[in-house]
Amino acid sequence: MSLPTTTPRNSGDLPMRDKPRQLPFPLSIYQSAVGKKWVMAITGFILVGFVLAHMIGNLKLYLGLVEHNGALAYDTDLYAEALRELLVPIMPRLVVLWILRIGLLGALLLHIHSAYTLSRMSLASDFKYQGKRDFLAANFASRSMRVTGPIVALYLVFHLADLTLGFGIATGEFVRGDVYANVVYSLGRPVVAIGYIIANIAVAIHIYHGIWSAFQSLGINNPKYNYLRRLAAKAVAGIILVGNVSFPIAVLANIISL
Amino acid sequence: MSTELNLTLQVWRQAAPDAPGSFVTYEAKNIPDDSSFLEMLDIVNEGLIDNDVEPIEFPHDCREGICGTCGVMINGRAHGQERATATCQLHMRKFSDGDTIAIEPWRAAAFPVIKDLIVDRSPMDKIIQAGGYITAPTGTGGDANDTLIPKEVAESAMDAAACIGCGACIAACPNSAGQLFTSAKLWHLNSLPQGQPERFTRTESMVDTMEQFFGACTNHGECAEACPKEISLDFIAYMNGDYIKAKIKNRSRSSQ
Ligand code: FES
Repeated sequence: MSLPTTTPRNSGDLPMRDKPRQLPFPLSIYQSAVGKKWVMAITGFILVGFVLAHMIGNLKLYLGLVEHNGALAYDTDLYAEALRELLVPIMPRLVVLWILRIGLLGALLLHIHSAYTLSRMSLASDFKYQGKRDFLAANFASRSMRVTGPIVALYLVFHLADLTLGFGIATGEFVRGDVYANVVYSLGRPVVAIGYIIANIAVAIHIYHGIWSAFQSLGINNPKYNYLRRLAAKAVAGIILVGNVSFPIAVLANIISL
Repeated sequence: MSTELNLTLQVWRQAAPDAPGSFVTYEAKNIPDDSSFLEMLDIVNEGLIDNDVEPIEFPHDCREGICGTCGVMINGRAHGQERATATCQLHMRKFSDGDTIAIEPWRAAAFPVIKDLIVDRSPMDKIIQAGGYITAPTGTGGDANDTLIPKEVAESAMDAAACIGCGACIAACPNSAGQLFTSAKLWHLNSLPQGQPERFTRTESMVDTMEQFFGACTNHGECAEACPKEISLDFIAYMNGDYIKAKIKNRSRSSQ
């Protein structure tokens, strides 16, 4: 592999970066890029699981009003209350929900941190071609991960302000706990609805490459079944996309209304 | 009967590692279409020498697709547009008369240009030095049937061993990651009985060395498309799995 050369060369021998000093065991995994990808894949699966469950839970919007203890109530509101009462009376109210929330937040922070550090490593290692490049395998999803990722993160912030915390872009009608009404008021604003649709397209694109990539990063690999990895990515991303985009459309079309 | 092509080349010329480089346009006239890409460059160089112009330095050695020395970016694709073809095996009949061909050296921060189209690929040697070997007593070779290896395993190891170390995977990768090369070299040894004793120390040290030079894989898959030997992305998954196992096993070993 060494080349005949007439000019002195030594810069190729110099590492771009030093080997980090080894931390104790589980942390040492995270010191390497392959290990970071592993963490990114596991946290990614956790987050995709959440997004999928969140979408399925939202389908309750379509059930509208239901009978509850002799009175009419929005099924979505009952579902939201059930989440707050998970495992009650074994656990006090809200405790399980907060455990889940903290777990998700931890996964999200690790996902973002590994993405950020690995991106910096790659950008530092890359030297751009001066002529035109012709890509064969890299698709729109894989090449836009560093764009769709921040879009999803921003969307998350707006979404929490809008429908969980009730400040910033939330509507004036926001009432804590009235989930159904809050959704209808918020998505009744066409600009916000379009924002939600665009953001959810970004979510689906990110998830499509993410799922396939995560199998690869975790070394879940069997040449016989590898075509299933792409298929799983398409199926999950597709289901999440259709479900999530349907909500703003249904509100605008008055299918979901007060 | 061979026909002849007239082409326009845009070749990256750079006098030295620190010198500024740029594309220079040359006319390549009367190129027989049964010549290889490297032979085409030879013909152009003869013309340049006749005109007292410094010839284009380009990497080449075996010219039969087994040494991995050749390798340039041809119209934005590593080793040109043909699948499973090294630059030396690419024939001019794949181009048409009047084509413009842009030729650029491999690009990666760890691959400094030495001159023109030649880059320094020593980082790949460093990865091999970190563990691309087995430790065994030499001397008389063992009996061929001493170590029985299932046919499928032998085939898989052979597929990985087909890597000629040209660096196209790294050149094609938008992250300049060395995963395909390193994983092929790892699987070549890690899948065979002879490679088992050092399997996990090898995996850890080769990956760690790789990461000192190259970027982080984001699973684009460009590398496998560019590879003249059609090395599979599957090897990267094997490497990722082995690396985590290595971290766990090497830890329990170091505590003994
Ligand atoms: S010159 Fe040896 S592989 Fe092309």
